[in-house]
Amino acid sequence: MAFRRQGSVTRLAAPFRGLAQRNAALGLVLLCAVLIVVGRAEPRLLERLRTLVLDVAGPVADAVSQPVVASQRVADRIAELLSLHSENAILREENARLAQWQVVARSLDAENRELRRLLQVPGDPPLGFVTGRVVANSGGSFVHSVLVLAGSGDGAAKGHVAVAAEGLVGRVTEIGERAARVLLLTDMNSNVPVVLERGRERAIAAGDNSGRLRLLFLAPAAQPQIGDRIVTSGHGGVFPPGIPVGAVVGFRDGVALVQPFVEAARLEYVRLVDYGLGGILPQPAPPPARSRGR
Amino acid sequence: MRAPLLQRVDTWLRQALPGLLTLLLVLLSVAPLRLPDYAAVTPGLVLISVFYWTVHRPDLFRPLHACILGLLDDVLSGSALGVNAMVLVLVHWSVVSQHRFFVGKGFALVWSVFGVVAPLAIALTALLSLLAARVAPDPAVVLVQALLTIALYPPVAWLLGRAQRLFLAGL
Repeated sequence: MAFRRQGSVTRLAAPFRGLAQRNAALGLVLLCAVLIVVGRAEPRLLERLRTLVLDVAGPVADAVSQPVVASQRVADRIAELLSLHSENAILREENARLAQWQVVARSLDAENRELRRLLQVPGDPPLGFVTGRVVANSGGSFVHSVLVLAGSGDGAAKGHVAVAAEGLVGRVTEIGERAARVLLLTDMNSNVPVVLERGRERAIAAGDNSGRLRLLFLAPAAQPQIGDRIVTSGHGGVFPPGIPVGAVVGFRDGVALVQPFVEAARLEYVRLVDYGLGGILPQPAPPPARSRGR
Repeated sequence: MRAPLLQRVDTWLRQALPGLLTLLLVLLSVAPLRLPDYAAVTPGLVLISVFYWTVHRPDLFRPLHACILGLLDDVLSGSALGVNAMVLVLVHWSVVSQHRFFVGKGFALVWSVFGVVAPLAIALTALLSLLAARVAPDPAVVLVQALLTIALYPPVAWLLGRAQRLFLAGL
C-alpha cells in the first residue's frame, strides 16, 4: 500500500518536476528581476541580506586574498631591490626637503596653539577610528568600492569616513558586524564637496567610474590650474573639512579633472574615522533636543 | 546499500567541484590585486567558469549554482543585487538550450561561441547596472573588459580542464 502510494505520488509529481526543471532558469531570472526592482525601489529591504552575506564573505575573501597579497609583496620586494639606488637618491632629496618643512610645521603648530589659546578656541574632540584591511576590491566598470575587514563590532558605522595616509578614500555605505563596504571617491554615486586649497573656491568632486574625479559646480571666476590641490570643504556634513582629496591634472570639455591622492588599486589598510557627522545618510532618531543656555 | 561515508564525501566533493571552483574565482576576482588600473577592467573570470562548466558538465552545474554564485558576486563587488546573478543564469540557460550543438565540438569552436556570448553578457551587465543603479559605464572600459575576458578564456579553460580530468574523469 505504502509502496503504491509512493509510486503514485512520484508519477503525479513527475510532470511537475520536469516543468520545474525546465523552468528553473526562468524562475531564477524572475527572482533576479524582482531583486533588482526591489533593490531599486526599497533598498533597505535587501540591506539586511547584503550585510549578512558581507559578514560571512568578508573573512573568506580575506583568507583568499592572503596568498595574492603575499605573492604581490614578493613581486614588490623584487621591484624595490631593482630600483634601490635611484629610489635612495630620491628619498635623500625628499628627506632634506621634508626636514625643512618640519621646521616650518613646528613653528606653525606652536603659533597655532598660542593663537588658539589666546582666542580660547575649544580643542577638537578626540576622534574614534578603527583600521581595517582591504580584503576585496570590486573594481569593474560598474562599481568602485572596497570591502574592509572592520565592522560595527569594531566600532565602525555607516557614514564613517574612510581615509588612508595619502588622503580621503571614501565613506562607509554598508556595514556588517565584521566587514564594511566603502564607496570610493571615483564611484559614479560619489559626490564630495571640496574647495580648491589655493583660492578657496567651492566645487563638487564627482566620480564617474573612471579613475579621476570631475570638478563640478565650480564658480566661473575660479581658474583651477594643473597641480592645484583639492581638499574637502565640509559642506553637507558628510566629510569633515580639510582632508586632502587630489590634485588637478587636466581639463576635459572645460571641466577640471582631479587625480585622487589615494590610489584605490594599491590600498592595503584604511582607517574608518568617526567624525561625528551624520550627513545625508539615514541615522537613528536623535535624542530630544535640550534647551540651551540658562 | 549505502557507500561508506568517506566515499560518499569524496563523491559529493567531486560533484561540487564545478561550483567550488567557480566560487574560488568569484573570490579571486574581487581579491585586491595591487596593479594600477587593473580594477577598472577586471576580466569576467566568473563568466568564463560558468560558461566552461555549463558547456562541459551541465549535469553538475545547475542554474541554481549560477544564481547563487552571481548573487554572491553582486554582494562582494557591491553591484545591485541580482544583476550578475541574472546574467549568469541567462548565460547558463542559453548554453544549455544549445547543448546538443556543443557535443563533440573542439576547443576552437567553443571558444568562438564564448567570443559571442561574453560581449553579450557584459553588455547585458552594463544595461542592467544602468537600470538598477543608474550607473552608465564607460563604453571603452566595457569593450576592453570583453576583449580581456575572451583573451583569458583559453588559459582559464585549460586550468579548469585539468581539474575536470583530474577529479571528474570517472564521474
